[in-house]
Amino acid sequence: MYAFDYRRPHSLNEADLALKAHPGAKLLAGGQTLIPAMKLRLAEPGQVVDLGGIGDLKGITQKDGAIRIGAMTTHAAVAESTVVAAALPGLAALAAGIGDPHVRNRGTIGGSVANNDPGADYPAAVLALGATVHTSKRAIGADQFFNGLFSTVLEESEIITHIDFPVAERFAYAKFANPASRYALVGVAVAKSKSGVRVAVTGAGASGVYRLPQAETALAASFSAKAVDGLKIDASNLMSDIHAEADYRAHLIGVMLRRAVG
Amino acid sequence: MSSVTLTVNGRTVTADVDPRTLLVDFLRTNLRLTGTHVGCDTSQCGACVVHVDGRAIKSCTTLALSCAGSQVTTIEGIGTAAKLHPMQEAFREHHALQCGFCTPGMIMAGIDLVNRKGAKVDEHTIREELEGNICRCTGYHNIVRAIETGAAGMAAMKQAAE
Amino acid sequence: MTDQGIGASVKRKEDLRFITGKGQYVDDINRQGQSYAIFVRSPHAHANIKGIDAKAALAAPGVLAIFTGEDLAADKIGGLICGWMIHSKDGSPMKAGPHPALAQGKVRYVGDHVAVVIAETLDQAKDAAEKVAVDYDVLPAAVDPAKTQRSGQPQVHAEAPNNTVYQWHLGDKDAVDAAFAKAAHVTKLDIVNNRLVPNAMEPRAAIGEYDSGTDNLTLWTTSQNPHVARLVLSAFVGIAPEHKLRVIAPDVGGGFGSKIFIYAEETVCIWAARKINRPVKWTADRSEAFYSDAHGRDHVTTAELAVDKAGTILALRANTKANLGAYLSTFASSVPTYLYAPLLSGQYNIPAIYCEVDGVYTNTTPVDAYRGAGRPEATFVIERLVEVAARETGRDPAEFRRQNFITQFPHQTPVIMAYDTGDYAACLDKALAMADYKTFGQRKAASAAKGKLRGIGFSAYIEACGIAPSRAVGSLGAGVGLWESAEIRVNPVGTVEVLTGSHSHGQGHETTMAQIISSKLGVPIDSVSIVHGDTDKVQMGMGTYGSRSGAVGGSAIVKAAEKVIAKGKRVAAACMEVEEDQVDFEAGEFSARGTNKKMTFGEVALQAYVAHKFDPEKIEPGLKETSFYDPKNFTFPSGVHIAEVEIDMATGVTKVDRWTAVDDFGVLINPMIVEGQVHGGIAQGVGQALLEGARYDETGQLVTASFMDYGMPRAADVPSFNVAMTNTPCPSNPLGVKGCGEAGAIAAPAAMVNAITNALGHEGIAMPATPQAVWRAIQKMPRKAAE
Repeated sequence: MYAFDYRRPHSLNEADLALKAHPGAKLLAGGQTLIPAMKLRLAEPGQVVDLGGIGDLKGITQKDGAIRIGAMTTHAAVAESTVVAAALPGLAALAAGIGDPHVRNRGTIGGSVANNDPGADYPAAVLALGATVHTSKRAIGADQFFNGLFSTVLEESEIITHIDFPVAERFAYAKFANPASRYALVGVAVAKSKSGVRVAVTGAGASGVYRLPQAETALAASFSAKAVDGLKIDASNLMSDIHAEADYRAHLIGVMLRRAVG
Repeated sequence: MSSVTLTVNGRTVTADVDPRTLLVDFLRTNLRLTGTHVGCDTSQCGACVVHVDGRAIKSCTTLALSCAGSQVTTIEGIGTAAKLHPMQEAFREHHALQCGFCTPGMIMAGIDLVNRKGAKVDEHTIREELEGNICRCTGYHNIVRAIETGAAGMAAMKQAAE
Repeated sequence: MTDQGIGASVKRKEDLRFITGKGQYVDDINRQGQSYAIFVRSPHAHANIKGIDAKAALAAPGVLAIFTGEDLAADKIGGLICGWMIHSKDGSPMKAGPHPALAQGKVRYVGDHVAVVIAETLDQAKDAAEKVAVDYDVLPAAVDPAKTQRSGQPQVHAEAPNNTVYQWHLGDKDAVDAAFAKAAHVTKLDIVNNRLVPNAMEPRAAIGEYDSGTDNLTLWTTSQNPHVARLVLSAFVGIAPEHKLRVIAPDVGGGFGSKIFIYAEETVCIWAARKINRPVKWTADRSEAFYSDAHGRDHVTTAELAVDKAGTILALRANTKANLGAYLSTFASSVPTYLYAPLLSGQYNIPAIYCEVDGVYTNTTPVDAYRGAGRPEATFVIERLVEVAARETGRDPAEFRRQNFITQFPHQTPVIMAYDTGDYAACLDKALAMADYKTFGQRKAASAAKGKLRGIGFSAYIEACGIAPSRAVGSLGAGVGLWESAEIRVNPVGTVEVLTGSHSHGQGHETTMAQIISSKLGVPIDSVSIVHGDTDKVQMGMGTYGSRSGAVGGSAIVKAAEKVIAKGKRVAAACMEVEEDQVDFEAGEFSARGTNKKMTFGEVALQAYVAHKFDPEKIEPGLKETSFYDPKNFTFPSGVHIAEVEIDMATGVTKVDRWTAVDDFGVLINPMIVEGQVHGGIAQGVGQALLEGARYDETGQLVTASFMDYGMPRAADVPSFNVAMTNTPCPSNPLGVKGCGEAGAIAAPAAMVNAITNALGHEGIAMPATPQAVWRAIQKMPRKAAE
């Protein structure tokens, strides 16, 4: 790692001040992606602001038909939450499949969503459920939030505080893990609610997480695996790497889509 | 340098550290607790697993400063040669280690697994839950057996304590 | 003492320190005044170094020194060596380029060592290493072993035209050609044995220390063979004479071959320690390990099997390109030659075999021995050929094997080996029963009902362990002898210290060797300590690799124990005032035949040291004996592994559902430890078949350079293994043991691919059979099978 200055604020206000004092400072949430990147010297922040000391950013509550998850809530906490399990069991299952148990004990939803790794699981849930990302400055709808590989509309000094997930009638996520890294090679999240069906794909898109309108239309007409059987998945906007070429990813999207629909 | 105070294996320690000090380096270098190992640099192998506030984490992917005020337990803190933790005993009983390098992380992961999944955890669950720990020697066969036995031993220990 | 002796599954003595975190691996050791080394490595596969500007780095905080290849050359430090001379079929010696520890003018693979930066702290060394400015003239790279010999390819070393190190062969070409000419059926396969990264969980590490008061050097290193390291560093690299250089390999966290070799990093650490008069420590991170640990396998082979109408194998022919990487590592030349082709007869009576091997340079990490070393490659060739030949001729693969098994021993193969003993049918029968082979069809139907494919695959492997005798391997080009030493020091109280030249890095020698002593001398294993891994303690040894430590190191202990008993009898005879030939020794007790006189082992040991009761003119005081044991022959473990897989047709995911292994390792010293070795080997073999594969892009960049991209087998990737043994004792060593460390890794890849291809109904898949590869293979299935 390169040398850096470290701050550990105890309130959002202190964190804001730290960010203002140090433009370009990197926020440290669970650190499960940032720290490896820093260790390999792929990231070089001069200042690190550790959000781990801000108790207000943790916790899960349910109100007004939505699950509110604090940005610093760990994947393990979401996976084990009785609130989540009751309202959005598919989201608890998604959280239980991120990384490995030890990573889940440190990694946080805010960190995952802010990082927007193309192989991350949470972005698919945020997009499929039409969640709202709340920050220290504003509320951002899921369709506006993600902005390409490792990119979001978050500004430099903006801190995710919590994410509101509308409770859906049905939500499920099916993931095909990379055999080496165990990140999603393809992950498909499907949410069915009164306002319709939303399908989001992670792990595969050349520009990161994206929605699959043709699947949404088909499932809105008939919510069944059969309805999307034979759906043609366009491979032209998908990633190709040593683990999976675009056509295989396209095929897997279909398989995972059907498995998520169940 | 920044000052950090945390509790390691029941002992409160305070030290000045470079902010880039990882928890694993703090344990190995500052405290000379070398039972916690480093086997990779991409947060996958699990040789560095310790417990922070009762949960297994990868100490190679955690800053020492982030653990201020936390309770850290390492392989050196769970049992002694004279009184082994049931999971340690089970690893020896079932020949669940060969070179021993991944072993401390495996044992710490095994204890955490049982804490979360209970004493009657089945083989499939054990294998799935070991996703974050790589062993190159044993083929995992005996590690699975050891964790099954360790789970029963932990339940018995808990019962005896109650 | 049989409850602790040979054959007992006693718990391991070494475990207590490992399960309590008290193991002492190299990186756990810190020396007073220690400094830290970081290597500046080439980012290019092939480049001329036009200049190295270290000024800025030297000025960086904490930097003590920066050295390059020029500094090593100025000190007349020699290059790293390859210790096995191979001659090409035209009689010419292999053509090897120099292998400097730090590059001299040219880099030849990504990760090649350009300079070393030594600083007060690790972070300072890392920070400064980035400031070393290297001016490269980047050259095109030769990457593909199948193409590297073609004209117009970039030349890795001027000394090796067409990147060809040797063109070697073994066997009778004319006899093979004649057999193929009359064959009723010929099976032909194109085989790629994928390149593997060993990935012992402990990354390599070294600490060099210099004592200016005594002019002595000490090197702590992650080595499987510290004495060989000392020999090479002294005699060939020229670090210091052997009596001034101590090499210590403490607890070592796995090796699998990768820690046999003498690498640049430890060489530089020990040299630099004297140069700067400070201890110098280096510990690889995993990313460095991917670039700098010698890789394994990487063969491209065309192989053919000739079979007559009755299903009898007539001949085998193989042509292999073996990728040796950019430099010849310590034993690289021997792996695809003498450790490979002599195993091509497998368990079968094959009258004629001919194998040609081209060892080639490429701009990739050097390739050397990795668990099995040549024998997995040979097993893969023969076991794939046999399986496919059975399928093509409409025979049951188990029965086709049985039909061609060698049944008479000793058996001389056409490729050097003289198999001493074995019962191949016994292993097969036991394995078939354990695997429920007869009901496989029912399981296949059940899988089909779930929309899944199921396949079963066999691998009837043979291996050769305990490579020896030294005179024979010397005649084949080895630069060293392959004996082993043992010294038994009996203390006056009757406890025993055994100094062995073998090295334990997971094998459990502290237990198994104590068991040998317990059986031979009748003392409890807790009264025995095994000393290894330190050249100042153990006089000389050849180390641990090739499953040799039981057969060779253990036999040396037996020989030394026999000398201890002989000396003990002389002491006991004097004490009991009887003739020496009247004294018997059994179960830890010396007794005088025909009398009621008895002495315990401990009593005799005490008398040997107090020396009150014998004539020093006739008996020397003390009880310490040494043996250097050189076996008469290799040992030949064999076995049958049966893999059963289930494939998800939708995703291509292959699940290993069942695994049966029946191995004949001869006598077992500790069955629990032997089974553990089999388990681990199978997992590595499954890893090779399903997950692992080092891949380079066309510019020579390693694209699988971390656990993010190189798939390591995890717990959920393998099943519980159904393991059993048969026993035909090895006749060529006093223990009757054969060696078990590599069997699983040798057997498993062929069993896996045979199972997968059985499921697919065609042979069109290569290792690793990743989900994507299997899915593509499913698309090419014959329609009927796919339905």
